Amino acid sequence: MANTTTEAAGAVTEAVTEATGHAAEAAGHAAQSAGMPQLDFSTFGNQIFWLAVALVLIYLVLSRVALPRIGGILADRQGKITSDIAAAEELKQKAEAAEKAYNQALIDARTEAGKIVAEARAEIQKDLDKATAKADAEIAAKAAESAKRIEEIRAGAAENVAVVAKETAEAIVAAFGGRADAGAVDDAVASRLKG
Amino acid sequence: MATEEHSQGLTFHPMDQFKIQPLFGEGPIHWYTPTNATLWMALTLLAIFALFVLGTRGRAIIPTRLQSVAELGYGFVHKMVEDVAGKDGLKFFPYIFTLFLFIVFANFLGLVPGAFTTTSHIAVTAVMAVAVFLTVTIVGFVKNGAGFLGLFWVSSAPLALRPVLALIEVISYFVRPVSHSIRLAGNMMAGHAVIKVFAAFAPLVLISGIGIAVTPLSILAIVAMYALEILVAFIQAYVFTILTCVYLKDALHPHH
Repeated sequence: MANTTTEAAGAVTEAVTEATGHAAEAAGHAAQSAGMPQLDFSTFGNQIFWLAVALVLIYLVLSRVALPRIGGILADRQGKITSDIAAAEELKQKAEAAEKAYNQALIDARTEAGKIVAEARAEIQKDLDKATAKADAEIAAKAAESAKRIEEIRAGAAENVAVVAKETAEAIVAAFGGRADAGAVDDAVASRLKG
Repeated sequence: MATEEHSQGLTFHPMDQFKIQPLFGEGPIHWYTPTNATLWMALTLLAIFALFVLGTRGRAIIPTRLQSVAELGYGFVHKMVEDVAGKDGLKFFPYIFTLFLFIVFANFLGLVPGAFTTTSHIAVTAVMAVAVFLTVTIVGFVKNGAGFLGLFWVSSAPLALRPVLALIEVISYFVRPVSHSIRLAGNMMAGHAVIKVFAAFAPLVLISGIGIAVTPLSILAIVAMYALEILVAFIQAYVFTILTCVYLKDALHPHH
């Protein structure tokens, strides 16, 4: 039979056309033979009465119970959706604030850590400087002492040189058979040491 | 008629299904006699009660299937009234919804094999159409006073034409309840009668050789007509309702 929609549509159209024709015929026949029950006015009062009863009851059921209830359900649902969306929005903002606070804390912690590191470094540097200065001072003192002693030693050595020179000169003079004048030897040695 | 040649043994009573009969025993039908019409109206009421009261009992935020259907029906007609008749038409929503539900349930219950279709009777549809007509006319005059007559005075037309148009408008206004009621009853009656006619052809195979061709065809035709009738059952309820909304809009806002 009709496989495609077009065919089906065609079939329906045909059926309708046919049906309308048949209906007209059928209605005509029925009206002639038995009469249309729809036009039997003796039943009108009965139908109208029961229709009125049915419609009033349906109206009461709907307007008293069903419609307020369904309206309430729909309003509740709308309200729930709205409030849920608002709550979600609020939570989202809270989450954003929390993230911001977290980042801020992270930055603060980093700054703090940097500060502490710098302070520690400065402290160490100060200690280091102090220690260096002390060591420098000690070194300088020791160097000065050493220089003094070297000076003393040098001075002592010079004196000794003069004494040795005098004695040597007297001995040499004595060896030559002479008699050394102490004063002359002293002068000669002094002049030589100066020169 | 060609069909009558083969139909000596067939019985054609396509209109019998519309007969009003007393439910209990025989006898005259008084205005209060419970009839088959009463029975099917009561079933209509029960079906509406089941769907819209029992179905929504849970008042669930997430609806059950039945509650979804009830909400769907509510939303469908509510939106229709609001869109067509405007916000101030919503006062009449319970009234219009009552008519819609009665018609749609009566139409569909009438499609149950062996059922009686209350909406196939002109007495029923005429009462509803006249009720709509009276409501609309009274609302129109109460809301707008004599201004309601502006509905008949087409001010956008040339002045010379206006009296003629007014006459036509008045006639069409008074024809409204007639077309409103006959459209529904006629559609219901015709479809059911046609199905009955095809059904009468179906046993032809038992009587005559030509039935081998006619019987499957008539069964197929019944199926096709039944599908069409399902469509018509809803569409006619929809048409009746939306016309009610349109008439109501005319009453609330009579100026074109």
